[in-house]
This record gives sequence, structure tokens and C-alpha cells, in this order.
Amino acid sequence: MATEFTSSSSSPTDRRLSALVRHLATSSPMMESQTTVTFSPTSGFHGDSVFSHVVRAPEDPILGVTVAYNKDPSPVKLNLGVGAYRTEEGKPLVLNVVRKAEQMLVNDRSRVKEYLPIVGLADFNKLSAKLIFGADSPAIRENRVTTVQCLSGTGSLRVGAEFLARHYHQRIIYIPQPTWGNHPKIFTLAGLSVKTYRYYDPVTRGLNFQGLLEDLSSAPSGSIVLLHACAHNPTGVDPTLQQWEQIRRLMRSKALLPFFDSAYQGFASGSLDADAQSVRMFFADGGECFVAQSYAKNMGLYGERVGALSVVCKTADVASRVESQLKLVIRPMFSNPPIHGASIVAAILKDRNLYNEWTVELKAMADRIISMRHKLFDALRARGTPGDWSHIIKQIGMFTFTGLNSEQVAFMTKEYHIYMTSDGRISMAGLSSKTVPHLADAIHATVTRIS
Amino acid sequence: MASSVLSLASATPSASLSSHEINKGKLNLGNAGLLFNKEKTNPFIKTKSCVRISMVVASNVSRFEGITMAPPDPILGVSEAFKADNHELKLNLGVGAYRTEELQPYVLNVVKKYLPIEGLAAFNKVTAELLFGADNPVIKQQRVATVQGLSGTGSLRLAAALIERYFSGAKVLISSPTWGNHKNIFNDARVPWSEYRYYDPKTVGLDFEGMIADIKAAPEGSFILLHGCAHNPTGIDPTSEQWGIIADVIQEKNHIPFFDIAYQGFASGSLDADAASVRMFVARGMEVIAAQSYSKNLGLYAERIGAINVVCSSPDAAARVKSQLKRIARPMYSNPPVHGARIVASVVGDPAIFKEWNAEMEMMAGRIKNVRQKLFDSLSSKDKSGKDWSFVLKQIGMFSFTGLNKAQCDNMTNKWHVYMTKDGRISLAGLSLAKCEYLADAIIDSYHNVS
Repeated sequence: MATEFTSSSSSPTDRRLSALVRHLATSSPMMESQTTVTFSPTSGFHGDSVFSHVVRAPEDPILGVTVAYNKDPSPVKLNLGVGAYRTEEGKPLVLNVVRKAEQMLVNDRSRVKEYLPIVGLADFNKLSAKLIFGADSPAIRENRVTTVQCLSGTGSLRVGAEFLARHYHQRIIYIPQPTWGNHPKIFTLAGLSVKTYRYYDPVTRGLNFQGLLEDLSSAPSGSIVLLHACAHNPTGVDPTLQQWEQIRRLMRSKALLPFFDSAYQGFASGSLDADAQSVRMFFADGGECFVAQSYAKNMGLYGERVGALSVVCKTADVASRVESQLKLVIRPMFSNPPIHGASIVAAILKDRNLYNEWTVELKAMADRIISMRHKLFDALRARGTPGDWSHIIKQIGMFTFTGLNSEQVAFMTKEYHIYMTSDGRISMAGLSSKTVPHLADAIHATVTRIS
Repeated sequence: MASSVLSLASATPSASLSSHEINKGKLNLGNAGLLFNKEKTNPFIKTKSCVRISMVVASNVSRFEGITMAPPDPILGVSEAFKADNHELKLNLGVGAYRTEELQPYVLNVVKKYLPIEGLAAFNKVTAELLFGADNPVIKQQRVATVQGLSGTGSLRLAAALIERYFSGAKVLISSPTWGNHKNIFNDARVPWSEYRYYDPKTVGLDFEGMIADIKAAPEGSFILLHGCAHNPTGIDPTSEQWGIIADVIQEKNHIPFFDIAYQGFASGSLDADAASVRMFVARGMEVIAAQSYSKNLGLYAERIGAINVVCSSPDAAARVKSQLKRIARPMYSNPPVHGARIVASVVGDPAIFKEWNAEMEMMAGRIKNVRQKLFDSLSSKDKSGKDWSFVLKQIGMFSFTGLNKAQCDNMTNKWHVYMTKDGRISLAGLSLAKCEYLADAIIDSYHNVS
């Protein structure tokens, strides 16, 4: 009853004291065995926090690289950990089309900030599906594709995985070895169990295709398989088109469900269509698949968290029901997605001039990265650095798996102030013509001194 | 034919179909059986071998065939129904989004003028200061873990995940009634919850004795979800004295207070007054969780900007808790969208703009108070039954619990084209002075003529 606590006449101090008295008056085994009184954790006295048992989480390994880089006073330091595009001058890049689109949005007085629907901005969703699947596809015309706006690639993967954990009969997902560090956590927390399939061959620094086929062949029927659509992260090693076709046939024959992570469309080769080939191959055979898209890199919208999850279904009816269930995943996670980034993307994709301008800027980014690859390769050759470095120009996308081991990496960091992840991955986007020689020196030194 | 159909059942991909799914499969096999007949005449389908047939069947049936259509969201679904209604007098009192007298969405002037600010750290700093007061000792002592979240929903979800991970088995107590998405959030985060009495339909007010009794009866160390101000959906807030007693009981039982603050500044028009409940608890030295949203008070609904704050008894605990909150966010969406954070940081961080914001908020809260008054006046003058409508004036914030039951709410919609949620909640933000009389007629009719 509330009357016991009618304390309108007593001060907070009085109430605390009476709480204390009640503690002292209670006899309990715990009390008797102690010589001092312990106060309730939330009483505000100098007791332990209720969060005392919460341990400090480890620093994110990739973020940790940037933290260490920032602390380094050396004028020649180089940050090759970050998976974010940098210009030749080492600066982040806001695309011109993005600035134009943002300006258009700000100037549009009719725009409001009302909640988007749970599935996000309709235009954005349609245009995203078109971008990845191709302009004129039967599946889209037949309404067999449901697309929902999510928080960039991570968010799209998470929503898709949560849906699968609830509604799909097979809760195992196969991810390539290695893969982006966040993948296993996303799937595990969503309720899937994670297994790996062989992918990278450290001997060839290329694809272990045999291993890949064997592992997918022995996967239980119906398993989910995570595929990097292009520009595999962290290796930069992609299957050829012929290899993709073999993968597709194998997966369809075993009813394995493809879940594409498309984070670099247009950014890898410079061509939006070329980079979508693997996805479109699976899309064209009439089967079902999941695709997570991110606009972080190809539109430079990293911080705005723009992405989309598409689920390609057999029938329009299934697609509609799937969409309704996706909404049930989204609503208790974040209710509805953020409007800003998606509006920018939609504005660019639907305007022919902006779209064309975008493809030009995209190609420029991809070309710069490809040219860094060639410069680095040439520089190592010029120094006579031992080993075969052709993988630098064979790999594609933002990252190169150098093949350096963690000891070699540590040496490069200590002696040459090169910051990269300990798996030997470097972000080519963080290189410039000016800094390539320094990196080449570092690689040369580490390879000749440490094995 | 029957036997080959049965063998098809065992050849379908799943190892462990639920009986529902098996039934669905059977239905589909019926269809596939027909398909098989058709394809007998198709020269391209050559063989009758079981394996080939099972592949055809597997590829024609969606893996998601068994998925049922989810019900529409009870709150967001109201707006959809409203959109579909063509009646000229229709009124949307469903979703809680602020509208002007002209019933248009409102973009705050301060938001239009914003200048981008670097860094999310700026946002985290200003959001904590806004809630707790810039001079609050807990901030000076660095005892607050603040992490940007996806508005209120996302921030609640992060906290729920923290509870699930570090307070295994602990329960969250939510008010009866509460915002519809609360239970979804805790369900999806796998945190058990139960209700404490809150709304008293007899008085259309607070069942304070019931509330206190239920909080007392909860197992020690439970999390008590409290609406900081402007309770959703009832609009009924405890008095300051009642808040003190609630704090007493929570301390007594070593519970942890968990505030949901979605209307700071929007309820009374004063940011400080609306934060009084949270600040009271913090001033007592209690450890407190507080989720913030800027959807309503800055009109940033679609930008998804909010924060989760955990006030700990030591800076070390705060640092550890913060690291774990970030660790939860990363496999969900990696990092939050920057746009809304920049706006908030600019508005709150600039004294002139902040002052302007205060004025706009007073204006918004003022409009709602005026509407309450007009509605009350209309109801009192039109209704001759002597029923006490004063709860309209006593309740606070965007919403009002009318006390109408579901049948009466249906009458509101079907006869009067007034859209509201089935629990009897109306959003005053969606009401104009011009429409008060019409609404009064509708309420009086529904209350008296429908049971």
C-alpha cells in the first residue's frame, strides 16, 4: 500500500535513512557474516554499480588500427586500415552528385521529415532493385521481388538474417573463409549458426575453387550461402564468370539459398553492370535469393547508412507475405529507416543526368584504385622485392590481401608507420602516388628481413 | 501417380518441416502433380527419373511458401487505412506526428537552418547534457554512458540487448497500457516482461496504488520501464510527489529505473520541466537507463535520431557499459546515421539556435494545449449527460486516452471517419481547432450510442 510511503513531509535524506534503518533491522545470514553494512546498489551510497560485472568489450580490430594511427606522430604515417575511399590527396570524398542532390533536397520547401513507412522510401527501394537486378526484368515486373530499405549493408544483412532465422527451415549459413569481420557476429546474433567454406588460397593468393566447390557440395541441402557479389572483402579475390556459373549450378542443384552481400557495385570494375553479373546470373535462373546492398562506398554515403535488402521469391504472393514479415523484424529494431541518405540515392538514380554523372565519378574512383594497384606492383618490381606480387593487380576492389603475416605487419607498423589489419589486408583506397614508394619500401624491407 | 507424388514429398529440401509446412508442401505437391502432367508433354522435360523431378518441384515451390501474412502494425496501419479513405471530413488521429493547425507536417525553422557539425561525439555530449542538465554532477564525473541510437526504438533496443546479455533472467516491467512497440522490442531482444497497473479506466487517470503494489511485487533487480513525461498512450503522468514514491519503491527493491523519454520539451513546452522525473532519480544517486528520441521535439521523425544513456555509479562502469552498447550496435547496423545527429548537435550546441528551438517547442506544446482546451469546451457544452470530460485537460502531451472501447472506436472510424488506435487513443497533434467540434460530436455519439 502506498500509505507506508507517504513521505510528502520527509526529505530525501529522511527517506534514505529510513531505507538504511530497514536494512539494518533485517536480519539475514549475509548481514550477520559481515562486519560492515552494504547498501543497496541503487541507493546512491558508495556501493558497487549494478554494472560491476560488465567487462570492457574488446576494441573493434579495424577501428583499433585507426586509433593507433591517430596516436602516431610520424609525418610519414600511412593509414591502410580504413575501408573508406580517399582521394589522391588522402582526403575523404563527397561525390559531386551527392552534393547536388543534397542541395536539391534542402531547397525543396515541400520536403518534410515525417516517418518513412517501415519498409522505407518506395522510390529508393524500386530504384535499388533495378540497379542490382537490371532495368527490365520479369521478376520485378511480376512483383516477385520485395525490397526494404535498411541501414547500409550491415543492417540489410541483419534484417535478412533475422527473417531467415524465424522463417527458413535451414538455420545454417556458410560464409567464406576469410570474410569481413562483422559477418559472423551479424549472423550469430540473428540466430543463425555459422559455418565456413574454403575461399582464399594463401599459396596462390587466389581463389581455392576446388575447396569452395567441395565445401558447398557437402553442405546440408537448403543451407544459406553468403556470397560477396564482387570485390571480396578482405581478399579482393573474385570468381571468374565461368566459376560463378559453376557455383550457381551447384547451389541450385543442392537447393542452397544464395545471400549476396553487394557492397561495391560499380566500385570494383568501374562498371555497375559488370559488378552485378554474379547476382544477375542467379536472378536470371528464376530461383530465389537474398541480396543486401550498400551505398556506403559507391555513393560515398558511409555515414548516412543507406542500404537495401531484396528478397527474390517464386511468386508475387510469397513476396508480399515475406515483406509483411520483414516489417515485423524491422519495427522492433528501429521502427523505420532514416530518410536522408535514401533520398539522396533516389534523387540520383531517378535523374538521368545525375545518374550519368554518378557513373563517371564512380569510374574515376575505381580507376584511381586500379592505378594504385599498378603503381604498387611496379614499385615492388622495380625494387626487386622477392616474391610474386601479381596478385596485387589480379585482385579487385578496395582491398588487397598482401599475403604478409602478422609479424611482418607489425614490423611495417613499427618501422615504417604503416597501419593495416594484422591479416595483411591493405586498403588501396588509402594510397596515393606520393605514398606508394613508402609502402613499397616497407614491404620490401619486411619481406627481406622477416619471413 | 499417388506413389510418385509421395516420393516427391521426401525429396523436398527440408530435413525437418513443421507439420504446417508439410501440409503446405502437400498442397503444393498437388499443384506440382498437375504441373508434372503438363510437362509430360513438354519435349524439353525428358526423363521421369525421381531425382530430376524432385529438382523441378523444388525449384517451382518457394522456400517461403509457408509464411503467413503478418498483420498490419496497429499504429502505422491506421495511417494506411486513413489514406485509403476518400471521405472529405476524414481525420487522422492515429500516428503521433505533430501537425500544424492546417494539419500539415512541420519542419522546425531551426532544422532548416542547420550547419553541419563534425563528429558524433558532439551529439553524444549535447544529448546527455540536454537530458540531465549541463551542470549535472553525473556528467562532470563522466558517469554517463551515452551511445547514439536509432531514435527511441533503436535506443530501447540497444538497452534491451544489454539487459539480455548482462542481466540474464531479469524482467522488464512495462505499464499497462504502454506504447505498442515496447513489448515487440523486448520480445525480439528476448527479454521477459510483465505489466504493472497504470491506467485506471474508472477515473480515466492513474492507478497509483496498483502501480506501486506491482512494482513492489516484482522480483528484486527488475527493470522498471517509465515514461519520463507525456505517457504514451494515456497522457497521464505521475505528479512530482508520486514520482518520489515511485523512486522510493524502486530503491527499496533494488530495481533499475529505465526511462523512455520521447517528448522532452514537447509535453509542457519546457525541456527542463519535462526532464524533472529523470533528474530526480539521478539526483538520488540512482543508476538509471534513459532512452531519448528527437522525433517529436525536433520533428526529426524520419532521421531516426535518439540516444541511450546509462548513468552508472562510477566512470569505469560507464566506460565498460558504453563499450558493450557499441558492441551490440555493430552487428545490427555498424554505426548510426550521421545526418540527424549533426542537426541535433547544431541546434543544441548553438545558444541562439537553441533559444529559437525552445520557442518553437513552446509553440508546438502550446498548440496542443489550446486544442485540448477547445476539445474540452466543445465536449462539455455539447454533452448534456454531465459526464466529466476534464481528463482531456489533465492529460498531457500528444496523446489522449478517451476511454472509448474498441466498438466505440470502430464507430468513430466507420461513421465519423475519425482514425485512431483501437485502444481509444487519439493524437491531439493531428487535431486542429477547426475540427474540435466535429470530433466532439463524434466522441459524444460513440460514447453514448455505442456500447
